[in-house]
Amino acid sequence: MELKCKHVWAHISDYIDDSVTPEVREDIERHLEHCEICSAILDSTRNILVLTADDRTFELPVGFSKRLHERLQRELAAS
Amino acid sequence: MKSSGTVQASAEARAASEREAGLIAQILAGQKELFHELIRPYERMVYMTVFSIVRNETDAEDCAQDAVVNAYRHLGKFRGEAKFSTWLATIAVNEGRQRLRRLKRAKEDSLDEPIEGDQQEFTPAPLMDWREIPLEALERKELREALRSAVAGLPGIYRQIFTLRDLDELNVAETAAALGINENMVKVRLHRARMMLQRRLAPYLKTTAPARKSFWRRMPWS
Repeated sequence: MELKCKHVWAHISDYIDDSVTPEVREDIERHLEHCEICSAILDSTRNILVLTADDRTFELPVGFSKRLHERLQRELAAS
Repeated sequence: MKSSGTVQASAEARAASEREAGLIAQILAGQKELFHELIRPYERMVYMTVFSIVRNETDAEDCAQDAVVNAYRHLGKFRGEAKFSTWLATIAVNEGRQRLRRLKRAKEDSLDEPIEGDQQEFTPAPLMDWREIPLEALERKELREALRSAVAGLPGIYRQIFTLRDLDELNVAETAAALGINENMVKVRLHRARMMLQRRLAPYLKTTAPARKSFWRRMPWS
């Protein structure tokens, strides 16, 4: 089946997560072969997820781990 | 057929889970110091989860500590039906929600806030010259800053889903369990969260404006 752009957009998230049916996957891939717009949207969304998973993007406060384990140690000692 | 990579990954996950079950048994048998080791891989997940709810560093840190201490106190109740990470994420979500209520921020970012935002936000934004974006742009500090602020600006329920799925890397079932919603809702909201972020970040991802106006005229959204 020939998909329109907006149908591809509706499936982008599931497509990235590999949770579309093989038929839908095939339709999307056929569409992506000739649609630069949807390819760009897909790639930019993927880039956002790559950037999100990069530990430098969302950092823990400096000293967080040390303070956490100190608090935990007090709890363990008291239990 | 599963690829060898998938098979290896699931074997590693099984080994990690068995190791964790062993640690938990030892802690419950009295070797409580081992709890430090049990919790270490999840510190980041606990912090990011509560941060997505309370939205400021000081409260998130306090809250993350409370969640970890609570997990220690209630470890005996962990039966191993769920993964330890899911159980811990559930504790973190509850701790975050309680803190939010105490902070009386309910008005501004209520757990009951309307979940339907601007429908237009759920469709992605077009990008040009995208092939030039990745690698070099991804290294840019300003892009990371823009992403942080875009995530912080998402409505609460989308921010939490996105954090659990794409930052904490919990799967759909685990995210659903931690938030107490069904899996389909996780997928729908995650899709919307990702599309909202794509829209909000499009200006940073777009490197140059398209020269060919005719190209824009045949865009499907115009």
